[in-house]
Amino acid sequence: MSGRTSDPREITLSINGTVHKVAVEPRRTLVDVIRDDCGQTGTHIGCEHGVCGACTVLVDDEPLRSCLMFAVQADGRSIRTVEGLQTGDALHPMQEAFMRYHALQCGFCTPGFLMLAVAALEKRPDLNREELVDILSSNLCRCTGYENIVKAVCAAAADMKANLDASP
Amino acid sequence: MTAEPASIIGASVERLEDRPLVTGRGRFAGDVSFVHQLHMRIVRSAYAHARLKAVATEAARALPGVVAVWTADDIADLSPIDFREGPNEKLAPFRQPVLAREYVRYAGEPVAAVFATDPYIAEDAADLVTIEADELDAVIDASIPASEFTAGLTTEPTVCRQGYGDVAAAFREAANVIDMDLSVGRHSGVPLETRGAIGHYDAARDVLELHGAAKVPHKNREAMARMFGRSTAGVHLYEGHVGGGFGVRGEIYPEDILVLVAAMRLGRPVKWLEDRREHMIAANHSRQQRHRIRAAVDAQGRLIGIDDAFFHDQGAYIRTHGTRVADTACGILPGPYRLPHYRVDAHFRLTNKTPAATYRSPGRYETNFVRERLMDAIALKLGLSRIEVRRRNLVSPEEMPYERPLVALGDEVVLDSGDYEGLLNKALERCEWDRLEREAAERRKAGEYVGLGLAMYVEKSGLGPIDGARVNVHTNGDVEVITGGASVGQGFETVIAQVCAETLGTDYRRIRVVHGRTDRIEYGIGAHATRATVMTANATAVAAGKVRAKALDMAAQLLQTEPSKLTIRDGRVVNSDGSDSAGMPLGDLAHHLRPLSSTRGEREPGLAAEGWFTTSHMTYPYGVQVALVKIDPGTGGVHIEKMLIAFDIGRAINPMLVRGQLVGGFAQGLGGALFEEFQYDERGQPLSVTFADYLMPTAHEVPEVDVLIAEDAASTTNPLGIKGAGEGGIAAVGAVIASAVDDALGGKGLITQIPITPQALKAIIDGQKS
Ligand code: FES
Ligand code: FES
Repeated sequence: MSGRTSDPREITLSINGTVHKVAVEPRRTLVDVIRDDCGQTGTHIGCEHGVCGACTVLVDDEPLRSCLMFAVQADGRSIRTVEGLQTGDALHPMQEAFMRYHALQCGFCTPGFLMLAVAALEKRPDLNREELVDILSSNLCRCTGYENIVKAVCAAAADMKANLDASP
Repeated sequence: MTAEPASIIGASVERLEDRPLVTGRGRFAGDVSFVHQLHMRIVRSAYAHARLKAVATEAARALPGVVAVWTADDIADLSPIDFREGPNEKLAPFRQPVLAREYVRYAGEPVAAVFATDPYIAEDAADLVTIEADELDAVIDASIPASEFTAGLTTEPTVCRQGYGDVAAAFREAANVIDMDLSVGRHSGVPLETRGAIGHYDAARDVLELHGAAKVPHKNREAMARMFGRSTAGVHLYEGHVGGGFGVRGEIYPEDILVLVAAMRLGRPVKWLEDRREHMIAANHSRQQRHRIRAAVDAQGRLIGIDDAFFHDQGAYIRTHGTRVADTACGILPGPYRLPHYRVDAHFRLTNKTPAATYRSPGRYETNFVRERLMDAIALKLGLSRIEVRRRNLVSPEEMPYERPLVALGDEVVLDSGDYEGLLNKALERCEWDRLEREAAERRKAGEYVGLGLAMYVEKSGLGPIDGARVNVHTNGDVEVITGGASVGQGFETVIAQVCAETLGTDYRRIRVVHGRTDRIEYGIGAHATRATVMTANATAVAAGKVRAKALDMAAQLLQTEPSKLTIRDGRVVNSDGSDSAGMPLGDLAHHLRPLSSTRGEREPGLAAEGWFTTSHMTYPYGVQVALVKIDPGTGGVHIEKMLIAFDIGRAINPMLVRGQLVGGFAQGLGGALFEEFQYDERGQPLSVTFADYLMPTAHEVPEVDVLIAEDAASTTNPLGIKGAGEGGIAAVGAVIASAVDDALGGKGLITQIPITPQALKAIIDGQKS
């Protein structure tokens, strides 16, 4: 019998530029498919309720909580995860800043914060500290007390802007 | 003359841990998978208290993809989960069974386990398991008179008593007696990564493996080996990345036992990942205590005696820690003050809630709140300033080491070193206390609810008694340090590498630090009680010192000189006077020391050594916290305007990481002071089961923290002079926020419990207005 709603469906996800064709049950969340079917385990799961933001990925450059989305809803769309931030061996300025400012301890929340901050600044490079704190307050970190995350993101904002200005 | 390179101990270098973590290459429990693995899902009790009649598993078993469904009968041969410190006859009847039998005692208690080929199927099948039971009354309040818990078990398994002196006489003599009833709410570590456990039985080698381990792999291995009747050589635990520990992760829970037993019996690897709701009702809770405390005080505000009876809300079972949190609370309650007479009775009570155990700064977060509330109350009663009353009671540097006939963590309390008043003065100066106090008073006059709070505390760290490490230099010059420590995200690898680099004269980035692996080293203390830095770092320094001596000795032979004329710089043995710039790389020396090397002589093969460090006592760092808060009278919300943590840690190996520990701990402490609470209804149903109803601070709520790291009082219990920083940030936050909020309300002693919720505050403010 075919056509049951629970039957696996073929979908295509582009993750960091690599195309993954996978068959998934419609009920599988995007984060599970990214992690288990596509093997990209850098994206983490902290709550599956859409609160903690650990699962934040960019879908068509929009930051989304991949625990709240079904994989089939992302069919054909372009996804960016923490694994795609660096270029070759060169880290993204946001990754560099997180290391420099000790913005991570256990590092579990880090991929979510990195993706959230990068998405926000790609869209609006001029965000000020207060606006950034507002955006960052939608994700949870249990280790750092946020201070260093805010510092790192502010520093990376300046670096990203400088890169932007330098490129033709 | 060449200048000695700057010391790497004390340098805020970047962490070795970070690169994989910022690039998504970490290996957390959820990232560990084995071919052909099964997925476990736990069926949990919906009742807080009930007698089980039947657990029906047929429908679940019938679901395609389900391999097995277990209830208590399927694992009847397994004992309940034991205490880490070994058997305890008196407390044994209160241990938690791996799966509930006959009774369930809290909502969330494991009743059955489903094993399936896919996690979604396992979850579907778990929904098909039905529990038939007769609901019983639930005990929710730990401070009501002790009674029967279930079937012949009392709600008060034990009373922990400590004390000394003549408390009755103290109260007869007292010019003033202060009486208080103080409560700390139920909250816990709640790391961002939930628990996870992967059991794998390697039949080819007859080795049982647990992946996703944390905190105390070696201790847990011993306990598990005992439980399964295996030798420790046939059980190995593997710690990967750990998404926050805080005392909660890494204890032995029912799920850890189940994945191991299932891996053996079902013949396939078994993976279990906790979901967030489960974490909130299954992982250890902590903190909840109610203290009825009295202080006998002389006419000058000096403490003569304290008499405390407190109720420790343990929840439904006694887990791996036994009564440790309550014991520690008893031992540490007097804090930095002189206290001639003392008596404390800790009523260790069972309730129908998730069992409790340690959470970062266990027994101290609670008692710092209690004692500092008491000190503020004494000040109020005697018309003294909050600073003055503390000055009159602080233990002075001349009295160090200061022995107290008390026990904390099984260790006699000896305050090893400290200048408490000195740190108080530094803190007051740094935050400009007098100005802040004046301004707060003025703003209050103008109608604002602004208050200033202060708290002093003594922490403890470096619980011994012994730890070892092995340092091994490879022939390419890279160094491996093998420790029995554990890392829960605090920067352990970096700190150990810095200590090793200092002694060995090599780049810390060429040092690889192994931790959390029972297959690499036989003994290990893990990471708890803020001991990793103190114990493992000192053991590493000892081992590295031996390696250094061996390298110099080997090099001296080859260079035909004396070892005393050599030193190591940048990974090369060179003349200490700087005359030979090329030197011999450590890797070459390791080559000369290979077993087959003709130059090795009579030396033991390998440029490697083991080092051990032993200590008889813990070391006691100490701190002062100051907070300035503002309450919004309309909502009852508390805003932190200013926060200072002054903490003496003897010696900071990496100040950036120390700061990170203190600030991170502060944020957690703030949660417990203002937001976080596991609430229950009167039937024992948990009400705080998601991040939407258990509120943790976000970037909005946590202010910037001013951190003053003092290194005035090097520890006298270890050669590096270090004291741990892991718990210093969180320890007094409940205390200081309560003091500040109270001050904002006029300093009348109205704040007697934490968390201080907006509802409670608004009620007080509205009451004051009318
Ligand atoms: S896991 Fe998606 S928001 Fe927490
Ligand atoms: S670094 Fe551990 S949760 Fe953020």
